Amino acid sequence: MSESIDKPKDATTVDATAAPSDDTGVNEGRRSLLKSAAAVAGATGTQAITGFPLIWAQEIKDIELRHVGVSYSVVKAIGDQASKDLGFKVTMQNLDTSAAINRFVTQPNSVDIADVEGWQAKLATKRSVLQGIERKRIKEFDNILPIFTKGAIDGKVVSRQGISPYEAMYISSKDATDLHEGVTDWMTFLPQVYNADSIGYRPDLIKKPITEWKELINPEYKGKAAILDVPAIGIMDAALCFESAGEIKYGNKGNMTKSEIDFTINRLIELKKAGHFRATWTTFDQSVQLMAAGEVIVQSMWSPAVAAVRVKGMPCIYAPVNKKGDKEGYRGWCNGMALMRHLSGKKLEAAYEYLNWYLSGWQGGFVARYGYYSPVPSTAKKFLSANEWDYWYEGKPAKETILDPYGVVMEKAGALRDGGSFLERVTNISCWNTLMDEAQYMNKRWNDFKVA
Amino acid sequence: MRVPKSLTSWFYVSPLLLVIIPFFVMPIIVVIAASFMQGDGFGGILPTFTWENYQGVFSEQLTWNLYVSTVKFTVLTWFFTLIIGFWIAYYLVFHIRSELLAMGLFLLCTVPFWTSNIIRMISWIPLLGQNGLVNMALVGSGVVKEPLKVLLFSDFSVVVAYVHQLTIFMIVPIFNSLARVDKRVVEAARDAGASRWDIMRRIILPLSRSGIALGSIFVISIVMGDFFVVKVMSGGNSASVVAALFENISVLQYPPAAAHAVVLMIVVVIMIGAILRTVDIRKEITQ
Repeated sequence: MSESIDKPKDATTVDATAAPSDDTGVNEGRRSLLKSAAAVAGATGTQAITGFPLIWAQEIKDIELRHVGVSYSVVKAIGDQASKDLGFKVTMQNLDTSAAINRFVTQPNSVDIADVEGWQAKLATKRSVLQGIERKRIKEFDNILPIFTKGAIDGKVVSRQGISPYEAMYISSKDATDLHEGVTDWMTFLPQVYNADSIGYRPDLIKKPITEWKELINPEYKGKAAILDVPAIGIMDAALCFESAGEIKYGNKGNMTKSEIDFTINRLIELKKAGHFRATWTTFDQSVQLMAAGEVIVQSMWSPAVAAVRVKGMPCIYAPVNKKGDKEGYRGWCNGMALMRHLSGKKLEAAYEYLNWYLSGWQGGFVARYGYYSPVPSTAKKFLSANEWDYWYEGKPAKETILDPYGVVMEKAGALRDGGSFLERVTNISCWNTLMDEAQYMNKRWNDFKVA
Repeated sequence: MRVPKSLTSWFYVSPLLLVIIPFFVMPIIVVIAASFMQGDGFGGILPTFTWENYQGVFSEQLTWNLYVSTVKFTVLTWFFTLIIGFWIAYYLVFHIRSELLAMGLFLLCTVPFWTSNIIRMISWIPLLGQNGLVNMALVGSGVVKEPLKVLLFSDFSVVVAYVHQLTIFMIVPIFNSLARVDKRVVEAARDAGASRWDIMRRIILPLSRSGIALGSIFVISIVMGDFFVVKVMSGGNSASVVAALFENISVLQYPPAAAHAVVLMIVVVIMIGAILRTVDIRKEITQ
């Protein structure tokens, strides 16, 4: 596994390391190239660190940053590459969403970089466990997509149902506890990865293309459907279904009133009692297993999970649920990095280096290969082949085989990404992962659904 | 110089106290304290005194439903682990003549428990699924026409997983108590004309009470406090008391979660207290 992890990322450095061991019988052009490569290597002291003075390199080599968060966002291979590029150690630690936010809030000093979603950033900011990120120190800030700086993209306003990253990103001062509308000098978290979630289904068992959420509650698929069992976002998937079926119109799916919650849960209980749901799932693996084992033929799902089912040899499609008027649309999510309040001195400097490294492209290229997006696609593009860029971001048919970040074949030539291009998918996000004001009530009602 | 007796006994219990006070007593006190406080909605706890959390716990239909569900799993699991556990222990003690072989078979019972709980649970999924081995056999042999859905993601699969995981907790103490039954008593009863049923009812069962009680305590407290098996094996179709309070913790609603935890603790203590009232385990073990 680690072998294949190394393959793609080493591609950029292979030439420099392989060249010196080459035979001496090379022509003049090659020789001068070698010389200049050696000169660069000598100037920076160590090969791993590029662009920092020698003293800095020695001061930071003992630093360790602990980046803590969920497994789909905090990825070991990315941390390893960062350690290699930056010259200090980055340790990635994975927890599930709930364990993560509990740790950030109750043991803030055991974390350096908290990987948070918008709603978690809001919560952690309220609890004063974070420190603001100085916007000026983020080199690529001006290249960050307007989704995050204006709350719009491609001239279209991005949905504000739920807690959009734009909404949760800014505070008025370094230690402020309340969010600020619009760009300021201080940020709560720096977005690093995001995507749009919808439904996955088995095209061999469902003969028509699915483009609407209401198919998830279609009685035809009774006993073969599943829904996500993380209350805060599961209820939004359910809301998208009921809205799609024309049963209700929500003021804000991401912040329901008590009566909206009641309606949604009562309908879920009805469906459950009628035997509609085969199961509910909480982890990525569970959703893959349900689909691959044939227990379920349609369920709310995450994009890489759909890919994982396909890798197992089962056909599976990620439904494009483009907005139709007020209905449909994807549920968006976005994870970003936040600085814990205890960071200071050299460790804080290192943390800023790390944040800047994240937006410098390698990570953007990595996550693109399993279908996630970078807030700065312009840098990610440099780390993707034209074929990969066209497939993942432009929604064009693959010209050659598409590999995942670890070198496993994902798609054959000619394949088309479900849901289309980046812009098509992102502009069709209709709500964001959230924590509702009525979270406690909602949780209680969700448990009613679970135990019914 | 003589050390006062009270001091020596404190000395003897000190290692236990050193573990129990910081890792058990203190956390429980914190949980109890938190259960009377108010949350600020952002994971903070306001140091006020309120009955609100308990009012919430006791006024909700949900609490009742959760306990019904959890107790149902507990009773079913207890029943099946008891029958199977007693059966196996009895066979090992009274039907295997060679003591060495009995010990060997007893150890064999523990072999599956060398693997992780989770692995043992998850391995039921491919077995019981719609395209699983059991359904393939049933459909293949013509017993049923369509694969049975009730085998997986149902109450059935939850109980199967529990029984598989917990039977050993019944076997061990029952085996232990049966092994101490004087075989001559059984022979005497048989000579006096007692039937097998009489021997079981009047001799074996009363003498294995302490083992049954110990095993029951293990099984009941584990099932009452579990949420993972229910979650995975019911495919999220059932909930348990702990699963519900875990949802509270996941959104930092600590005080209501603490109240639920305290109530659960009291319920489990009552259940175990009831068992201990019927059987004086200490007396029976040390006799």
